[in-house]
Amino acid sequence: MAGIEARFRLDWPEFSLDVDLDLPGRGITALFGHSGSGKTTLLRCIAGLERAPRGRLGVNGEVWQDAGRWLAPHKRSIGYVFQEASLFPHLSALGNLRYGLRRMVDARRVNLDQAIELLGIGYLLDRKPDRLSGGERQRVAIARALAVSPRLLLMDEPLASLDVQRKQEILPYLERLHNELDIPMLYVSHSPDEVARLADHLVVMDGGRAMVSGPLAEMLTQLDLPIRLAEDAGSVLDTTVTMVDAAWHLARVDFSGGSLWLRDNGLPVGGRARVRVLARDVSLACERPGTSSIQNVLQGVVEAIADDEHPGLALARIRVGDALLMARLTKRAIATLNIAVGQPVWLQVKSAALME
Amino acid sequence: MLTDSDLQALWLTARLAGIVTAILLLLGTPIAWWLARTKAWWKGPVGAVVALPLVLPPSVLGFYLLLAMGPHGPVGQLTQTLGIGLLPFTFWGLVIASVFYSLPFMVQPLQTAFEAVGDRPLEVAATLRASPLDAFFTVAVPLAGPGFLTASVLTFAHTVGEFGVVLMIGGNLPGVTRVASVQIYDYVEGLEYSEAHRLAAVMLIFSFLVLLAMYAWRPNSRTET
Repeated sequence: MAGIEARFRLDWPEFSLDVDLDLPGRGITALFGHSGSGKTTLLRCIAGLERAPRGRLGVNGEVWQDAGRWLAPHKRSIGYVFQEASLFPHLSALGNLRYGLRRMVDARRVNLDQAIELLGIGYLLDRKPDRLSGGERQRVAIARALAVSPRLLLMDEPLASLDVQRKQEILPYLERLHNELDIPMLYVSHSPDEVARLADHLVVMDGGRAMVSGPLAEMLTQLDLPIRLAEDAGSVLDTTVTMVDAAWHLARVDFSGGSLWLRDNGLPVGGRARVRVLARDVSLACERPGTSSIQNVLQGVVEAIADDEHPGLALARIRVGDALLMARLTKRAIATLNIAVGQPVWLQVKSAALME
Repeated sequence: MLTDSDLQALWLTARLAGIVTAILLLLGTPIAWWLARTKAWWKGPVGAVVALPLVLPPSVLGFYLLLAMGPHGPVGQLTQTLGIGLLPFTFWGLVIASVFYSLPFMVQPLQTAFEAVGDRPLEVAATLRASPLDAFFTVAVPLAGPGFLTASVLTFAHTVGEFGVVLMIGGNLPGVTRVASVQIYDYVEGLEYSEAHRLAAVMLIFSFLVLLAMYAWRPNSRTET
């Protein structure tokens, strides 16, 4: 059976985990939640680093845990990236990469050179971990996890211990993994940014339970998401770059509901691009807006309206073609404009960000 | 300078300390590993038993070992049945007694070193397909390397310095159980102070050099991140 089937029941004095998830067997699944929500514990149960007394775990047709069966972590075909790089201090970067490679039993899906190239670490292989920067260390750790050709890659907040600049340094490499390798990945994070940028599938964890699980675009536009995203509320669009206007440094991306002009960041025409549109950057109008500095205008239909955190604000979900966008509005605006479910509206998108 | 019997005593002392250190490396490492990793309730009692020789007068330890290895003790009866004879007042009897006496000097530094390694490197090793035994030899032992050095040096030096247990178990047989500390005692008993001086000075210099080497080594082991 394709996909990842994870059911765990675990009771500790201070914490219990109780999940029953069916996750896609490809792409990146984000496990999202606040600290203490159980996302790391779930990841450790999947790796076998924690042993849930009751559970079942199947990974693309292989059973790793079931009644009477429990595979030790070193017998599971996983790659695991910890929050801190956790390189072996007594080995060089290359020694760290080779450690798992020498013990690998799986068929080779990733070779060492490919892992080194993907993470851009060719220049630092002879160095000991204490001679590497935080970002370099984490890149070696990711390459080390990849080099064993895992059937499942587990990442526990690999960017959380890094500063903003180092994060920006590593994110493109993670995107490359996503685009170039066919290894399913579970990615633990509490950063809406990283989730919007990387994930295909989203699981929201809270209090040791999985509150919701579904495709990212669908989950992000759920108005009753059990976790507060506040300023990060928004949606993602999967688009194709169709035109680059070199004179104005703009790129046009198309999706089923229309097109948007965005700042050009060098993506080739024809390339796929993920675009993130935050709810606070979308405003609605009942008639086609006249001349304005906002040049991205789309047409859609209001699908739902719900209260936002602040009593004066509401979130609206608008269907634009096959895609969904979110808009944050004041309740007074909704009343004045008579915006209601089912109503056609014009959307003005103040800004949108190309994510890859 | 040193007489033949002095050299004999020093050689015996070095042989005893070397053998005891080797045995304790094999015996103490799994005990220290277990103490560092277990969450069992009897970790406390086992740790206390290992530490007993630190506080027990050597004569008490020697007394019990003498009884156990004597003709009516369980160990003595076993060795007699096996045709080895009795162990007290032999070199190997002294080795066994010293293993007990120096046990904490091997186990405690190793336990501290293993605890400092922590769970994470072993978890990383497991996710890189290393079995627990493999991870022990390729990750835990190299990372605890300075601890092995400290433990071996302390064990060797402590065995060299033992006296009470030797007297109880080994007696004073030249070339068999008469180690340097006993030899010095003999000289003093016989009022041969100048002979005692020479051997005592050798012991003093040896002990100082050993400790100096160990402390000089230490700062390097702290640079890891």
